[in-house]
Formats: sequence, structure tokens, C-alpha cells
Amino acid sequence: MNEKTTRTVALSDHAREVIDHWVAKFPEGRQRSAVIEALRVVQHDNKGYLTADLMDAVADYIDVPRIQVYEVAAFYSIFETEPCGEHHISVCTNISCHLRGSQEIVDHIEKKLGVKTGESTPDGKFFLKREEECLAACVNAPMMMIDHVYYEHLTPEKVDDILDKIE
Amino acid sequence: MNYRENENLVAFAPFGLENSWTLDAYRSIGGYQSWQQVLSGELSADDIIDKVKASGLRGRGGAGFPTGLKWSFMPRNAPGQKYIVCNSDESEPGTCHDRDILRYNPHALIEGMAIAGYAMGATVGYNYIRGEFFAEPVPRFESALREAYEAGLLGQNINGSGIDFDLHMFVGAGAYICGEETGLLESLEGKPGRPRFKPPFPANYGLYGKPTTVNNTYTLASVPTILRKGPEWFAALGPEKSGGAAIYSVSGHVEKPGNYELPMGIPFPDLLEICGGIWKGRKLKAVIPGGSSVPVMPGEVIMECNMDYESLREAGSALGTGAVVVMDETTCMVRMLERISRFYYAESCGQCTPCREGTGWLNRVINRVIDGKGRSEDLDMLVEVANKIEGHTICALGDAAAWPVQSFIKHYRHEFAYMIEHGGRSIVEADGKAAA
Repeated sequence: MNEKTTRTVALSDHAREVIDHWVAKFPEGRQRSAVIEALRVVQHDNKGYLTADLMDAVADYIDVPRIQVYEVAAFYSIFETEPCGEHHISVCTNISCHLRGSQEIVDHIEKKLGVKTGESTPDGKFFLKREEECLAACVNAPMMMIDHVYYEHLTPEKVDDILDKIE
Repeated sequence: MNYRENENLVAFAPFGLENSWTLDAYRSIGGYQSWQQVLSGELSADDIIDKVKASGLRGRGGAGFPTGLKWSFMPRNAPGQKYIVCNSDESEPGTCHDRDILRYNPHALIEGMAIAGYAMGATVGYNYIRGEFFAEPVPRFESALREAYEAGLLGQNINGSGIDFDLHMFVGAGAYICGEETGLLESLEGKPGRPRFKPPFPANYGLYGKPTTVNNTYTLASVPTILRKGPEWFAALGPEKSGGAAIYSVSGHVEKPGNYELPMGIPFPDLLEICGGIWKGRKLKAVIPGGSSVPVMPGEVIMECNMDYESLREAGSALGTGAVVVMDETTCMVRMLERISRFYYAESCGQCTPCREGTGWLNRVINRVIDGKGRSEDLDMLVEVANKIEGHTICALGDAAAWPVQSFIKHYRHEFAYMIEHGGRSIVEADGKAAA
């Protein structure tokens, strides 16, 4: 099995507690099922992105090969493996939102924050993650998600109000 | 039939009650009565499966497979662990009603999963909820689960009945492909959600290699009502072969977009009227009647159509998830298809070459047309690439990527041809119809 090098990062007590909670939901020996939830809490505690050290720490704690953690982090869109802004903004531009003016929302946010989609603001506050695929709020289009909170029936004015209130 | 009088009869039944997501609200409409009958031995596993079969319930996740038949495939009496898994990974573009079931009627899903588990000999269930639902639907479902445990409705030897059923929640992390049932099982095992080759089917080799049935949220949440009101009542709501109600997620260019739970088979013009008609007084152009994967239908075709499995299939499309995406006369069909093709390109898991490579080709060629660099042979090439993906992949994502391309070009070829001939200019702009 993989040689365990000395870690420079340790998982927080909070992260361990959350991971233990999830591991308990699966049968004995199936702790790999908790990898997604473990990465979620660790990414959240690290202000929005994962590092190789954190992924290794998760693998070691759950006791799965590290590659199994890397491949999950690479596969799922919620995980970021490069430094980025803390608050993740995802504007849905899929069909229902496209028909209700999502392009105007994307353009407005890019202008307001001075970044393009895929970039973070220099102060590290916002990450305009991507033109998001459907987030299942189609009847309230256009919409966006910031850190998992949905904002629906958007207009440029509403977007200003929402972004201005985020600390 | 007055369709409006038959709104919210199944999974949306408690809507309008104060705190409709609580156990008290759910019990006030007869919730958990069926589960209590199971616990007291009045309802056997065979009875349940027979009633679900008689109700005509079909899978609401898109494929429309008969639910009772699916349940009967489980080797119920075989030794060893078996699982019931709910697919709350709602992500088919245009579809947003499972989110409302989770937010406003989570107990119907819990009861449905418990009953399904019992009927199939599964003592453990997982509800796989998409990761983006983390802030609102997830805590709602979690708190309902807690209430159900505290009320003694779940657990080991429930109320001394000798029946065990433990239900857990699982939260995904953003991948459309995990809505495919074997991709979902891979994800539940902590892996990338790459679909498995079938056979073996999950009923024989599912979660952790154990017999498993995966059903959609709305399918499972319909079960308690079916048992409470009777399979005949449910079947009679819709036409033959399309029993019950559908939640139509109507989005796009209508005055009142929304989730409407209405009897199956409602004529499209009636549905459109309930949604306030086409917005801004404009004309209907086209409708995608069942989520982005199903073929697009010209407005004049769907205006003659009823909204159920068989009618839409006969008209060349499908009910799919019941996501009805309405487009008015200002819609550029080339740009619409570009957005759809981008989705499948982004969400292809990459394990099958025709899908991994083909979805990229489709998207790049459509973008070339939009950029004014289209060639006259591009339309035939798009159809050819789509035909080479369709039917040549492990899962249905490949088919789902192909069908919009085939149907958009079949019905709106002139719009694509116009754009190619006019250096990227859209026909709707030329007609002066473009939206402001």
C-alpha cells in the first residue's frame, strides 16, 4: 500500500467529527463512501478549495488509497483543487435560465466584480466559478447559487443587492 | 375534465398547509397510514407490489419504466443485504420538482422509501440528493428523517413489528451523470460516477454488489398516496398506460412558470393556459416536453398533443421528467441547441469514446456556425455525428446528447442553414423577432 509520508496539515476536530458521522452511515469496510462528504467539509473549512495535503489527510484519516480521493476531487464540479475566492458564485445558463435572460446576469456580474467567468476577485472574496449547468430551479429562472444558497428570479439590481450584502 | 380542480393530488398534496414539511402536517393528510398498515401486518409485500402494478405508476425520472414490475425483479427472499436507493440527483435541464418534494413534502418520500424497502426485502435505504441542494432541501429532508426516527417510524424492529428499516441521506457533489442509476451507485460507493455496463442490472448487482433498486424521488413519493387512495383511483387520474399525475415543471417563455402537479394526459393547450399562456403576448414556437434530452417539438405539433407517455411518444418525443420548456417566436434555435450541446459535452463522464469525443464535436461545430464560420456540409455532419453516438455508449447520456441535435435540425434546418449562409446572423434577428 501507499507509503504514508508525514503530513504537514492535520484535519480539524470539526472535520473529523463530520467524517466520523458519515462513515457510520455505511457498512463496515465501506468507508470509501464517505470520501465525498469528507472533501466537502475539508474544502469548506479551507475557504473554498482543496490542497494536495488536505486530500492526503482525508485519505489517511478514512484509510483509503490517496488516488481514490484525488479522482473524486477531480470528477465532481463542487470541488476546487486550485486556490480561488472564498464565495463561489455559479450562474445557471442552461436552457430555462438562458430563455429568461441569464446572459445578462453573467455579463452584469463580470462587470461588477471586474473578473471573467472562471476567475476570482483579487481580494480573494469571490470566485465566479462557471456558467453553471442546470441547478433545478428552472421555474424561477434566472438564478444563481452562492455557496449552495439559491437566489432566484434574478435581475441585475437584485444581484447587486445580494453581492453587496455578502461579507 | 376540469384540470385545475385536480391539482396537487399526489406528492404535492400537503402544499398550502402551514409548515407542510413537518410530521404533523403530513399526518393531517393521512401520512404514514400505509406504513402503519405494513407495520401491523395488514399489508403484505405481495399486496404492495400488486397495488403499485395496478396503479400504472411509471418511473418519473425520465425512462417511464413500470415501477411495480421493476420492484418485482428484486430477489426479495434471497439471503443477504438488499438496498432501496432514491435518486434525488435531480439535474435534467428544465426539471425542478424533486427539489420541491424534498423541501415541502419530505415525509412522503420517507414513507414511500420505507414501503418500497419492505416490499423488496431491503432493510436499508439511501436517498442520494444532489450536492447543490445542500443549503435547503438537504436540511429539510434530514430534519424529516430525524422526526420519523423520533416518532418510532424507522429503525430496528419498529414498534415491535419485527420489521427493520434504516434510512440514510447521501449528498452528491455536482455531476449530471450521477442521475444515471449505476453512475449514482458508483458515486454512493465513493467513486467517480461512471455508469456501469448492464447487465448485470442493479436488482442483481447493485450497491456494494448487493441487490438494489433505484427509484426517482417523485416515483417513491407517489407510493403512499397510491396505497391510501387505492390503485384504481390513481390509475383513473390519467389515460391508459399513463396512470396518476405528473408534476409539469413549466419554464421558459410562459407568463407563470411553475411546478404544476396535474393529471397525466392534460392537453398541452390546457397546461399552457394554466401557466398564463406565452409571455408578452407572443406566439409559441417550440416546446421541449420532458427535459433537455428529449426531442424538441414544433408548437403546432404539441398544441394537438396530450401530456402523457404514450401521446408524446407517438408524436415523436417523450414525457421524460415532465420538464416542459417553452420557447416563443423570438428564440434562436441554433443558440438553443448550442447551449444544450454544451451541457452534454460538459457532463459526459468520458468513458465511452463516441460520447466523450462526439459531444465535443457537436458543440464545436454548432459554435462554428454561430461564429459565422459554418460550412454547408456542417448540418449533415452534425446529424452524422449524433447518429454515431446514439446507441453506442454504456449509458443513455449519449442518446440524450444525440436526440436534441437530430430533432432541432429536423424541425429547424432552415434556421441553421440561414445562419451558415449569412455569416452567423440568426433568422430571428432577420425577421425582426429577436427578444430585446
